[in-house]
Amino acid sequence: MALITCRGLTLGYEGTVLVENLHFSIGAGDYLCIVGENGSGKSTLIRTLLHLQEPMKGEVIEGDGLRRNEIGYLPQQTLIQRDFPASVREIVLSGCQGRMGFRPFYGPQEKELAARSMEQLGIADLRRRCYRELSGGQQQRVLLARALCATRKVLLLDEPISGLDPKAAMDMYELIAALNRDEKITIIMVSHDMTSIRYATHILHVGDEWFYGTREEYLQSPAGIYFAGVHAEETAAAESSAEEQEGGEEE
Amino acid sequence: MNILETLGMYLSYPFVRYALIVGVLIALCSSLLGVTLVLKRFSFIGDGLSHVAFGAFAIAAVLEVSNEMLVVLPLTVLCAVLLLRMGQNTKIRGDAAIAMLSVGALAIGYLLMNIFSTSSNLSGDVCSSLFGSTSILTLTLGEVILCVVLSVIVIAVFVFFYHKIFAVTFDESFAQATGTDAKKYNLMIAVIVAVIIVLAMNLVGSLLISALIIFPALSAMRLFRSFLSVTICSAILSVCCALIGILGSILWATPVGSTIVAVDIAAFLICWLIDRVRA
Ligand SMILES: Nc1ncnc2c1ncn2[C@@H]1O[C@H](COP(=O)(O)OP(=O)(O)OP(=O)(O)O)[C@@H](O)[C@H]1O
Ligand SMILES: [Mg+2]
Repeated sequence: MALITCRGLTLGYEGTVLVENLHFSIGAGDYLCIVGENGSGKSTLIRTLLHLQEPMKGEVIEGDGLRRNEIGYLPQQTLIQRDFPASVREIVLSGCQGRMGFRPFYGPQEKELAARSMEQLGIADLRRRCYRELSGGQQQRVLLARALCATRKVLLLDEPISGLDPKAAMDMYELIAALNRDEKITIIMVSHDMTSIRYATHILHVGDEWFYGTREEYLQSPAGIYFAGVHAEETAAAESSAEEQEGGEEE
Repeated sequence: MNILETLGMYLSYPFVRYALIVGVLIALCSSLLGVTLVLKRFSFIGDGLSHVAFGAFAIAAVLEVSNEMLVVLPLTVLCAVLLLRMGQNTKIRGDAAIAMLSVGALAIGYLLMNIFSTSSNLSGDVCSSLFGSTSILTLTLGEVILCVVLSVIVIAVFVFFYHKIFAVTFDESFAQATGTDAKKYNLMIAVIVAVIIVLAMNLVGSLLISALIIFPALSAMRLFRSFLSVTICSAILSVCCALIGILGSILWATPVGSTIVAVDIAAFLICWLIDRVRA
């Protein structure tokens, strides 16, 4: 039995259909990468998997004893008020809320879990700092630590590297890969760049023509070849422009 | 006679002690949720509700019910729920709907009081429900007990749900996705705010309630950087300002509500200055 199964899922908003009749299932330990163009409905799919919004048709089924409050989530954009006063520790602890039921205060177990998550992400020494005074990369780590407090089973990450520099982005990918490899946490990640696909076991391409399969299958498919091609051009363009810049500095 | 002796003399009257107890409790309650309201951009709900409470008081006065609270409290809670629904419904312009409801309540309330009032001092009545009355100095023991009970309930609910309120305030969709019923807690927040506003009507009047809710939170946010410290600081600030305001209003014979708010504003300016100097 799979952890999460989508049956005949149709996504869209008020008459406009984004993706039709989506079928796929995610097993324990999988690393699923969701790719697609801007506006193709990736975030919509993530929100549907979380039951934050209803699909137009079809259903999302949890299996393998996965409960709804056992999914960790890293949103694409966290619209947090500019002057929100909150320490890193308070935010990471708030990830434990799903398991609290009606208990009002965090116990030693939750504090332990939060400390471990912060340790894992290398933000333990930031725990008294104010969230809004951190850098973008540090903030992403805090939100990932919060997601880790919510679950040790499944993580849904919506573009976890947006706003990070290339080095920080690579670190983030390594970190997520390590969580998948060492802790056997199932990863479902939205991403735009080809590098992240290296770590994935499965790929879901969202669009008018959707595709689901293993990474190898995807790279052989028309969508995959096209995507890889575009990416290769992009990298080439980026590299040549970088070279030009270097040349310019020398002059 | 120096100030301390004067104060000592006033404190020996039970009505002054009642006023202080009620004032401190109301200030404490209203500051607790202030942080959440400011951060969730819910402060407009507080403003709208206070006008609704004014309208409800007018209706209660017209109906000549013995205990106004029995009419005002349910009506205001009902409107709180309605306002929250409207604010979340993206198809209706939430802010316009709230403006409509609050201004409507204000106008209808004044109209009702004008048509049906038997009082000889109508503008005095209206003025005192808008800006707070000296009736805080004529509280009966029953009213004090009611106020104490409601305040204790509000404080207990806040402490019990503190971590859940934080989670829902910080990131509603994460909370919802990981199994916290955010809608339920939003509703709870709206109901508590309605209760606080009805309580605070007596102290500062319906036009100034928002100040009591928002100023301590904004002041504390200048000084502290974590949710817990901001909440505690805003509670302490609010209580101190209320004490100074009530005592000051007795000493200088100024209106209670506006004096408290003036002290709140002064506190905000001081906090703002400290923040500026530090930066
Ligand atoms: N609440 C909404 N109401 C109506 N339409 C919406 C809503 N949210 C998103 N859309 C539309 O649905 C489409 C898909 O949005 P979605 O956010 O899922 O895209 P995405 O694949 O995540 O894009 P990106 O790569 O930019 O993050 C877009 O065309 C968007 O305009
Ligand atoms: Mg998106």
